[in-house]
Amino acid sequence: MISVYVPGDSAATSVGADEVALAIAHEAKFRGLDVQIIRNGSRGALWLEPLVEVVTESGRIAFGPVAPSDVISLYDADFLNGGHHRLSLGRSDEISWLARQDRVTFKRVGIIDPLSISDYESHGGLVGLHLALAMTRDEIVEQVTDSGLRGRGGAGFPAGIKWRTVLNQSGDQKYICCNADEGDSGTFADRMLMEGDPFMLLEGLTIAGIAVGADEGVIYIRSEYPDAIEVMSKAIEIARDYGWLGLNVLGSAHTFNVRIRKGGGSYVCGEETAMLESIEGKRGVVRSKPPLPAIEGLFGKPTVINNVLTLATIPAILAEGANAYKARGVGRSVGTQVFQLGGNIARGGIVELAFGTTLDSLVNGFGGGTYTGKPIRAVQIGGPLGAYLPTSSFDISMDYESLLAAGGMLGHGGVVLFDESVDLAVQAKFAMEFCALESCGKCTPCRLGSTRGAETITKIIDGVDVDGNKRLLLDLCEVMTDGSLCAMGGLTPLPVKSAMLHFPEDFDVRIGAVR
Amino acid sequence: MQFPAWSPEKALEVIALTSHEPGPVLVTLQGIQDHFGYVPDAAVVLIAQACNVSRADVHGVLTFYHDLRTDLPAKTQIHICVAEACQSMGARRVVADAKQEFASNADVEITDAYCLGNCALAPAASINGNLRGRVSAESLAQQVSQL
Repeated sequence: MISVYVPGDSAATSVGADEVALAIAHEAKFRGLDVQIIRNGSRGALWLEPLVEVVTESGRIAFGPVAPSDVISLYDADFLNGGHHRLSLGRSDEISWLARQDRVTFKRVGIIDPLSISDYESHGGLVGLHLALAMTRDEIVEQVTDSGLRGRGGAGFPAGIKWRTVLNQSGDQKYICCNADEGDSGTFADRMLMEGDPFMLLEGLTIAGIAVGADEGVIYIRSEYPDAIEVMSKAIEIARDYGWLGLNVLGSAHTFNVRIRKGGGSYVCGEETAMLESIEGKRGVVRSKPPLPAIEGLFGKPTVINNVLTLATIPAILAEGANAYKARGVGRSVGTQVFQLGGNIARGGIVELAFGTTLDSLVNGFGGGTYTGKPIRAVQIGGPLGAYLPTSSFDISMDYESLLAAGGMLGHGGVVLFDESVDLAVQAKFAMEFCALESCGKCTPCRLGSTRGAETITKIIDGVDVDGNKRLLLDLCEVMTDGSLCAMGGLTPLPVKSAMLHFPEDFDVRIGAVR
Repeated sequence: MQFPAWSPEKALEVIALTSHEPGPVLVTLQGIQDHFGYVPDAAVVLIAQACNVSRADVHGVLTFYHDLRTDLPAKTQIHICVAEACQSMGARRVVADAKQEFASNADVEITDAYCLGNCALAPAASINGNLRGRVSAESLAQQVSQL
């Protein structure tokens, strides 16, 4: 029997992977061949999807992007034995775009069958959890602190310090909440990890629970990710049957249960306290801090809130040791970052590298410039609340501190390209409109400022008192930055001000220009 | 997508699946919408009673979340992403063209979405919850015709 991998990841199926899998199975039957099709996650080279791989004696051989209409010619070229075809990409692990990466968090994504525990274990899964079960709580938290791992959701807060705070709280009920409300445009790593290696996230959650003394975990997944919800739900069931989740985790004295809560299509619920409100079934209104969620979180109990990528990195840190992890990266940005290349880009997808690579290496080196082939004009890093940067900043080092110094932020690691057709005044206006649409409404600078901001940018675009309105807009941005309760209103000025700073010509009066 | 007609008896069954959970209001509203396609007024009072909260509380949650709706959806739901990554690939044009394409088709409802997580294969859309990449108004029309 020959094994063929066809990704079941929703990005791959969005461009026809299901139809390709069906065609391969159909043709195998027609030709009387014994072919087993495995639906793996995506390796992250989304520009090559649907990427079909055949297991041969000389390793996994890749073909892509495959359309259903290519399948007959693939068989004719004897692709099942690695025969040459115009879509041949050679050995999967030698595809340069993938081989040049440093995969830690994404090491198994696209390689294993996502819902096979035996596949997971044979690729190094559960090693971290077994080690954690032999350690004291203090020792686990110490390892995480030592590794220097910072929250991958966007804020970059040291994970170990958060865990320590929760560990130090008394009380019999504590929670682990996994933030899988990946709402930033340009980001899809959480989705791909949940669809491609769900057990790694469960392992990270379980280790977190054991470390801080929480017996319940909640994964809050946005409703826009139905496939991720389905895969995670199945993974939880499988882990329960395996004796991993529930009473006596892997035969130990620990108990740990996980449940999933689905979001309601609200961007602000990605803010951690709004997420807690939403898990409690309420309106997703941001809470005032203090108290910190680590002290009074879900249902008022001490709660660790970590992003998907943060938790999914924990098993690797325990398995390989804190030192191996912190050997990567630059300065206080240690380890690897899962960059997500999207938008108008020729070769988009997941690029995991140690912190400190340049923006140019991502957008030109990996990305290959724009999809349309026109010159790049702007890059937005870190989602809708991130800065727009010009091509002159391409030598910037991609780490928390360097981006902050350049007036931007790394956020969740999304990098979105725009070609020369982009109008930055229109993008700035969109940032304000998006804030108006998604504001929870609790604080005035965000609730009203966003609407006034969109109106003011419209006036600038229409050429009404341009200088006066630009001054007013900057003043408004200052109020929103300093006066908002959370990052929604507080960071919306970032794309607006960076657009005005780096692309001032788009905010000048353009007589006769139709926009 | 076809949904069964509203029935208070069935609604009580659906509500009972989640009303005992901690923080039950949102998940129960989602359960009703998953079953009937929307949340009718009549469901609000049933949920309030079952969850032991006020009708105002339920109404507050119902009106906060973009996903929840109080009218019956069209047979085919198309969500087109209009967030930044898709904008860079002409999403605004796709929305305008698609609205024109389906203007006379009452069975199709087009809604803006803000990121579907398919940013490397923009413009993205979903048809009845199935993600699509590299879409245009024409490709959407073709895929809808095959449903």
